[in-house]
This record gives sequence, structure tokens and C-alpha cells, in this order.
Amino acid sequence: MIESIYIPVIIIGSLGLLLGIGLSVASKFFEVKVDERIAEVRDALPGVNCGACGYSGCDTFAESIVEGEAQINGCPVGGEETSKAIAGIMGIEECNIEAIVARVKCNGTISNCEHKQDYYGIESCSAAQMIYGGVSKCNYGCIGLGDCARACPFDAIQIIDGLAIIFELNCKGCRKCVATCPKMIIEMVPQKKKFTVACQNKEKGAVSRKQCKVSCIGCGKCVKVCPVEAISVENFLAKIDYSKCINCGKCEDACPTNAIREYLGEI
Amino acid sequence: MIKDVIFIMLSVILVDNYVLSKFLGICPFPGVSKSLNTAIGMSGAVIFVMTLASAITYLVYEFLLLPYDLEYLRTISFILVIASLVQFVEIILKKFIPPLYKALGIYLPLITTNCAVLGVAILSVDNGYNFLYSVIYGFGAGIGFALAMIIFSGVRQRIAISDIPRSLEGLPISLVAASLVSLAFFGFKGLI
Repeated sequence: MIESIYIPVIIIGSLGLLLGIGLSVASKFFEVKVDERIAEVRDALPGVNCGACGYSGCDTFAESIVEGEAQINGCPVGGEETSKAIAGIMGIEECNIEAIVARVKCNGTISNCEHKQDYYGIESCSAAQMIYGGVSKCNYGCIGLGDCARACPFDAIQIIDGLAIIFELNCKGCRKCVATCPKMIIEMVPQKKKFTVACQNKEKGAVSRKQCKVSCIGCGKCVKVCPVEAISVENFLAKIDYSKCINCGKCEDACPTNAIREYLGEI
Repeated sequence: MIKDVIFIMLSVILVDNYVLSKFLGICPFPGVSKSLNTAIGMSGAVIFVMTLASAITYLVYEFLLLPYDLEYLRTISFILVIASLVQFVEIILKKFIPPLYKALGIYLPLITTNCAVLGVAILSVDNGYNFLYSVIYGFGAGIGFALAMIIFSGVRQRIAISDIPRSLEGLPISLVAASLVSLAFFGFKGLI
């Protein structure tokens, strides 16, 4: 009777043991040398696997860093600290690493930009966008139904008074909101540059003024006051060149409609 | 003898094709058939694993399980053997053919639990084949898998360039195409 228990146990156990030993011998015998820096870089990364670097996950990103394909500052989530750690592992002098955050280029709260229609459909910007380009009078601005807030993996976006507000302290620069926004009004901006044109309206001044109280009318006052010629007006819309901007804030003072404003991180 | 071999090969490749008639090993079928190269690589790995697995499982069954009346341990011991065999293939591929290893990706470890490989081992025992016939049966099953994969990857490449209704794009149209290919293979039923 007892035999029917121990014989199967011995047979299956020894079979497993034999195969296990065989496998471990084979894995030693056919060992592939893996660069140990890959594991170190992988440990230095945040491990969120968000894909913001453009690779499928932290593992593949670590591999391509060691192979020299990816930039060491390619991880927007880890930011400066991670880049420094990776630079240490790779033995590279770190390059200039600038934190980049997403900014909603619109100031069209409900009080600033009136609604042209009532919308009772699905709570989604891309759905509302299909019906005459959204609810507000301005066809360029924020719809405010929160597609970006739902896309944000770090809870950095909130819809306040019909406008998406990004809390820059939480923003890791993963660009998921940029890809989601049907109006394409979210832009990646260096966090140190505080002043941004919060408007995307490309209509003539008189038209855009009727659509929204805080729209850029293309008057060009900011162009004149800017000491470093960082601002240009194109299609009745001012544009700041962030590589030249020195954060002086004169454009904000000069703007008659408050379309240029200081982003304080919205804390 | 030769007649038997031809009979086994024909039946397992065309009539009872593992993917298209028995519906075993469906997981890698839509997964790896996107391009011809990975389909061929995967098929090569499956042919190799199936042939070896049917040989080794036959030996295990005949000389380890049958003498002690342990037929009921068939499934677990077969899975044990197949899993370690796949691990071994993976180690070999990683060492000698890294591009193929990368191309197969997740699907190589998935052969471990591929029902087609276990199905080959169990069905050749059920059919009462001897050692040689089991190996031929396993090899033929692998060839049948390869045939299905290669035909289907050709179909998928045609699909990729054609105008598909938006709701059917991607996997849905692939499944429709797969069932059509499978229907075509049912035409071989009258062969034997």
C-alpha cells in the first residue's frame, strides 16, 4: 500500500531533480555575458514602465542606454536625479538636464470664454470635439471635459472652472496629455521659463476678442517690449522662443488682454 | 512501414492539422504570424521542441511510468519534461542565435505551456505509437504547425495592405481570416 505513495514521489521527484540539474549545468555552460551595467541602470530608473521615454518599458530603456542608443536624460519621470545616477553608472559627464513640464496654452475658463451650445453627450473632450468643435465660442481653446486629466498617470491635472489646470509639481513630463488633447493646446515647456502665451486662437484680433476675453489678439506689444527679441507674432498669435526667454516678465505687463501670463506651478 | 509513415505525416500535417483542425496552439498563431520571418523562426522552435518532446516523453512514459503503473502521472511528468526542454532551447537560442531569440520574445517561454506540444505527447501515447512513430508524429505535427503559420502570415501580409473596415482592423479580421484558412483545411478530410 505504502509503495503506491513513495514510488510516484521518488520517480517524479528524481525526474524533476535530474532535469533541474541538467538545466542549471546547461545555463552555466552556455552562459551569455550580459553587461552588468544594464541591471544597475535599471535599478536607478523609477520602474513605473510608463513608456514616456519612447521605449516599451524601463528594462528596454536601460538596455538601449547601455548600448548607447538612448540619451541618459531620456527618462522624464526620474528627472535630474535619475539622469545623474545613470551618468554616474555610465561614466559620462552629465549633459544639461532641464525639467520639462506640460502647460495648457489656454485661459478660457467659463467666465472668460462663453459657451456657444449646451452639451449633454459623453463626458469626453474628443467626443465633444466632433460636435462643432466643442462647447465654447473659441474653437481653439480647452473644452474642459478632462480627457487629459484622465490620461495623466500622476494626477497632475484637474479641471477647474472648465479649464484644465496642470500642477507642475506633479508633472513628470510624460507627454500623455499632449497626445490626448483633441485641441492640441498642451505644450511641453522648460519648467524654469515662467511666462507662456496662454492662447491658441489664430483668428484676427476683433474676432478672437469676441470669442474670449483673454485671447491673444496679435497686437504685437509684447514683441516691442521684449528685450531679447524672443517673441514673434504669427497668424495673430504671439509665440515665445524659450531658448531666448530670460524670464523678465515685461511681456506679461504689456499684454492688454492678459493672454501672456506667469505660470507659478498652480500650487 | 513506409505506408504508415506517409499515413501519419499526411494525417497530422493536412487532415488533423494541430492549429487549423484541432485548434491547439492557438496562442502564438495570431501572435507571431505578423511577419514571415518570425513565423518561420517560431515554427522552427516548435518543430524542434515537438520532435524532441515526443521522443523524450515516449521514453519517460514507456520506461518510467508504465512499469510502475503510473499512467495517471502522465500529464504532470510530460509538462515537467516539456517545460525544461523549452528552457533548454531558450538557453541554446540565447547563446547561438540572439536575433531569433529577440524576435520570438515572449512566445518562446509560452511554448512551455503550449497545448500543442503537450497534445502531441499525449496523443501519440493515446494512438499507441512506438518510439519511431511518435518521433515522426511529433515532427509532422511541428511541420503542420509551420505550414499553418506560414500560410497565415502570408494571409496577414495581404490583409495589412488591404482596405479593412475600421471596426474589424487588427485582431478581428485576423480571426475571420484564420477561420477561413481553417475551413479550407477541412477540405482535406476526405484524403484518408
